[in-house]
Amino acid sequence: MMPAIAILVVWAAAWALNVWLSTGRYAAHLWAKLAVPLIFGLTVIAIWEMLVRGFGVPLVILPAPSQIAPRFGDSLGILWSDVVQTFLRGALTGYVIGCGAGFLTAIAVDRFGFLRRGLLPLASFMAALPIVGTAPILVMWFGFDWQSKAAVVVVMVFFPMLVNTVAGLSDTTAMQRDQMRTWGAGYWQALLKLRLPAAMPFIFNGLKISTTLALIGAIVAEFFGSPTLGLGFRITTSVGQLSLDMVWAAILVSALAGTSFYGLVALIERGVTFWHPSQRR
Amino acid sequence: MTGRVMPVLTVLLATLAFWYLAAVPMNIREVLTEAERGGAQVVPATALERRDAPVLGLLFDNPGELAAAWTQDRPRLPAPHQVARELWQSTVVEELSGRRGIVQSGSLSNRGLVYHAGVTLGATALGFLIGAGLGILLAVGIVHSRTMDRSVMPWAIVSQTVPIVAIAPMIIVVLYSIGVQGLLPKAVISAWLSFFPVVVGMVKGLRAPDAMQIDLLHTYSASKGQAFWKLRLPASTPYLFASLKIAIAASLVGAIVGELPVQKGGLGARMLAGSYYGQTSQIWAALFAAAALAAVLVALVGWIERRTLRRMGAGA
Repeated sequence: MMPAIAILVVWAAAWALNVWLSTGRYAAHLWAKLAVPLIFGLTVIAIWEMLVRGFGVPLVILPAPSQIAPRFGDSLGILWSDVVQTFLRGALTGYVIGCGAGFLTAIAVDRFGFLRRGLLPLASFMAALPIVGTAPILVMWFGFDWQSKAAVVVVMVFFPMLVNTVAGLSDTTAMQRDQMRTWGAGYWQALLKLRLPAAMPFIFNGLKISTTLALIGAIVAEFFGSPTLGLGFRITTSVGQLSLDMVWAAILVSALAGTSFYGLVALIERGVTFWHPSQRR
Repeated sequence: MTGRVMPVLTVLLATLAFWYLAAVPMNIREVLTEAERGGAQVVPATALERRDAPVLGLLFDNPGELAAAWTQDRPRLPAPHQVARELWQSTVVEELSGRRGIVQSGSLSNRGLVYHAGVTLGATALGFLIGAGLGILLAVGIVHSRTMDRSVMPWAIVSQTVPIVAIAPMIIVVLYSIGVQGLLPKAVISAWLSFFPVVVGMVKGLRAPDAMQIDLLHTYSASKGQAFWKLRLPASTPYLFASLKIAIAASLVGAIVGELPVQKGGLGARMLAGSYYGQTSQIWAALFAAAALAAVLVALVGWIERRTLRRMGAGA
């Protein structure tokens, strides 16, 4: 009973603090806006710790944060080589190739009306399909190493990128396009000076969706065969050895990699599309 | 609509033609190995020499053997008609005349795709219901409480950058060890992937009524609850359905990924089994079955969307 009461007290106290921070006199301050989600996260971790200790949850079901942290610190070397294998080699290579290909195809689709009418319905259909399913085939074709993971990522990010870029390229008004024509701008000039910049919010939307897809693709592909490193491999083998603290350490790493990748793209977006209403404050 | 059919057909035919063409270089090495075993003259003569030879050279040196690339037993890339035959075999033929088919045993064959698609569909539907329900509740909370908005929303975003599929094997093992098995572990992964689009779409939708409309309800002295049921909820419906379509597709991905570590039926298990035993046609057939399932599910949500919106009086 005691642990349950303690957990409730901690939760209520943290929530009251958050209510005060977000509606009280400091609500408009920047630090209060940052503190609220931080306090929420810390509370969840504290409650997790109390839950595991208070009720004596065995390690094989749920390790406490205080058990995961030292494990994380001890295995930095292994985890870093996993990140290099899965993220830097597999996901990032595939992300760059896939997004690049999607972008260039979108330009071609935009240039030729026939392709637009023919390819676009298929592409938006493909974007909704479970493309992760191609992973076993691509692993068979490209081998167990990172090349096959990159290939899976390419296929996964291609269609969302294509659909978003095409949507962005049509996001100018007839008035704006007429304006370009009155200035005597050709197709490429109008594309570079008006339509591409106008498409940037959509393009970055595609790029942001693709960041998570890239990591998912790279990790799923490791289920179908991988060398003896990589985040997906680490998680599957550690689950097999019932060393759940290692599993959580690997999850923490992939979460950090995913979040910082997304954050980086969002940061670039803020710089590039500073003019867009959603970026104004 | 009719203006689209021709271009789409052209692109589809081009894809099909490219697929047939690509099957030749993809399968050429196995074709030549088989031809050599069958006693035919092959250039270069041994598999060892062919291993390092460029594919184009192999194609030009052995023009007589190329047609065999479309009839391989375990091809690296099966030709479209081989995939179509596998699909037919593992659905209709298996059920009608197979020993474990529905005609002879009274239950769906566990070697047929219909059974596996059903397993995946169950997990997808359950996960979708949980995910969409949670997403809607969370969105309602976020719209009505600034504290919720500020503390939960950032973590909802972070939760999506965590590659959940990485956690899939662990969720399944852990839930298994506390006695939960069957559909629920897979549905948890589906729910995780599908709740986020619903939260984002629903928050946007619930905030869609503009200040004027909310003020109008104020002048009617409507309570918060009345404003929610009569203004915010109806206004959010188009947003809700748009995100439900994304959510159900994501939910299917979650179910398939969740089936990889369990191996107790489902399209994902079928793909993994196919990749273990080199049954490429089986992988492709499962892939197409998954695609068909996704298309049906999205179309179903779209159909409900059109009916609901028409009922609510939004024309077209």
